[in-house]
Amino acid sequence: MGPRPMTYLPLLGILIVVAGFALRLNPMLVVTVAGLATGMLAGMSLPEVIAAFGKAFNDNRIIAIVWIVLPVIGLLERHGLQQRAAALIRSMRGATTGRLLLLYLAYRQITAAIGLHSTAGHAQTVRPLVAPMAVAAAQAQGPLPPKDADKVKAMAAATDNVGLFFGEDVFFAIGSIVLIQQVLSTYGHDLTPLQLALWAIPSAIAAFVIHGGRLLLFDRRSSRSGAGANAPSPLPVDGVSP
Amino acid sequence: MIGLPLLYMLAGALFGAVALRSAFDRTNRKRLGNAAFWGLMALSLLAGDAIGDFGNGLIVLGLAGLAGFGLVGRGAPATTSEAEREVLSLRLGNRLFLPALIIPVTAMLGTLAWNYTPLGEAGWIEPKRETYVFLALGVVLALGAIFVWLRPPLLAPVEEGRRLLDAIGWAAVLPQMLAALGAVFAAAGVGDIVGSIARAAIPEGSVFLTVVVFAMGMALFTMVMGNAFAAFPVMAAAIGVPLLIEDYGGDAAVIGAVGMLAGFCGTLLTPMAANFNLVPAALLELKDQYGVIRAQAPTALLLLGANIAILWLAAFR
Repeated sequence: MGPRPMTYLPLLGILIVVAGFALRLNPMLVVTVAGLATGMLAGMSLPEVIAAFGKAFNDNRIIAIVWIVLPVIGLLERHGLQQRAAALIRSMRGATTGRLLLLYLAYRQITAAIGLHSTAGHAQTVRPLVAPMAVAAAQAQGPLPPKDADKVKAMAAATDNVGLFFGEDVFFAIGSIVLIQQVLSTYGHDLTPLQLALWAIPSAIAAFVIHGGRLLLFDRRSSRSGAGANAPSPLPVDGVSP
Repeated sequence: MIGLPLLYMLAGALFGAVALRSAFDRTNRKRLGNAAFWGLMALSLLAGDAIGDFGNGLIVLGLAGLAGFGLVGRGAPATTSEAEREVLSLRLGNRLFLPALIIPVTAMLGTLAWNYTPLGEAGWIEPKRETYVFLALGVVLALGAIFVWLRPPLLAPVEEGRRLLDAIGWAAVLPQMLAALGAVFAAAGVGDIVGSIARAAIPEGSVFLTVVVFAMGMALFTMVMGNAFAAFPVMAAAIGVPLLIEDYGGDAAVIGAVGMLAGFCGTLLTPMAANFNLVPAALLELKDQYGVIRAQAPTALLLLGANIAILWLAAFR
């Protein structure tokens, strides 16, 4: 709270961000303008805001490290990896988009829950493997116009996110658990990381049921709108539930 | 000790090579813009600790200006055609998956070995960064395997990396920009203001409605900030600790853990969480840059409801 008199002016920065994203202006400009405006409305000088922005950008360079996988992914795509992933799925009988993504959801939640959250991701696994497999599975159900192919790919990315977010907190040595522990301990509520990780499990199960259910519905809808060929049978979910 | 500086150098070398190749790509009318954009990223990764906060700030302004005013285009690096890829995929067969699996498997086995065998006591990796180090090792091993097996042209890794980076474009840098914006918001006291507004929104005496405001506040403030880490200390200070834990006697472990997860529902709904929501849309070359958010929205809203129920039922047993 500090001695600073409470003023609502810095909230204008949030307004700039919301308006900028809603109008689909270039996010890089929106973010920069919002940052400069917020800092200056809070009383910083322009060079101070620029330096604060620069320091935080530099402190977060770890985000850029993941791009070192791109040369490998690109080289494999050059040799037909996406086509291979699609062919593999076409060769499997009974593979559907929903079942495939349900399996990936379980894999992502379980690996994240044991601390392996950085081993999969949009660049490492979704673009080269999961998305082309999901699209091939949908094509096996019937014709797939580009608009619907985009929906399948978006669902593949969404499944990666849901699996990651609602798996990683079950692992006790992750940043968010440490943060919760530190914040609560400053108010005198001392908890062990294990207690916190334990209470991430009900939400992890809810995420699997809710998103997994949507994935199976996704199949039903596409088989109805598609050629109507080989409607999927209900999926045995035991075995894969985390 | 192997740690972040070496990884920054590796990534910086990639961005630098991409910038150089971009500069000479005559198929791209905006090739100088591309060269400058990826060159600034290389500079940040290679020299970010040496040029001072203001110098880094100028890099940020340069990146934003180049991207924001449409000065970055898309090159056309030499690669194989769709038809050639179909043929190669048939000829190479399922063995193609092996190099792709080297990266995740190296990262996974390395992390497990580092944490659960005496190997970790050797201490030659920066603490808590072992997964990143093994990820980089996996990249090097995979590149080696591909060169021995498939013998691509020497510059192919750079050119294929450039093809993908140009496809992603400024979205590759946006997550870092948003993290920086979050820091500026925090320095400007945005969190304190939001916390005071959230407190004012709470009806007196209702535990359930307080839970609802806490969870929705986590989700909404996470949407604004782009990550739940920034929202949690604010909502914990405003509602979680003083009202839910201390006044109403809720279980602190449940309120902490599930409160954070309510915030994660907000992460699924916001373009501010660019690395999860906008980057994959660019990476998968979707027409709709908000396509991933649209796919996530029903899950996020239902799950927010589920988290409110878990908070209410488990914290006040």
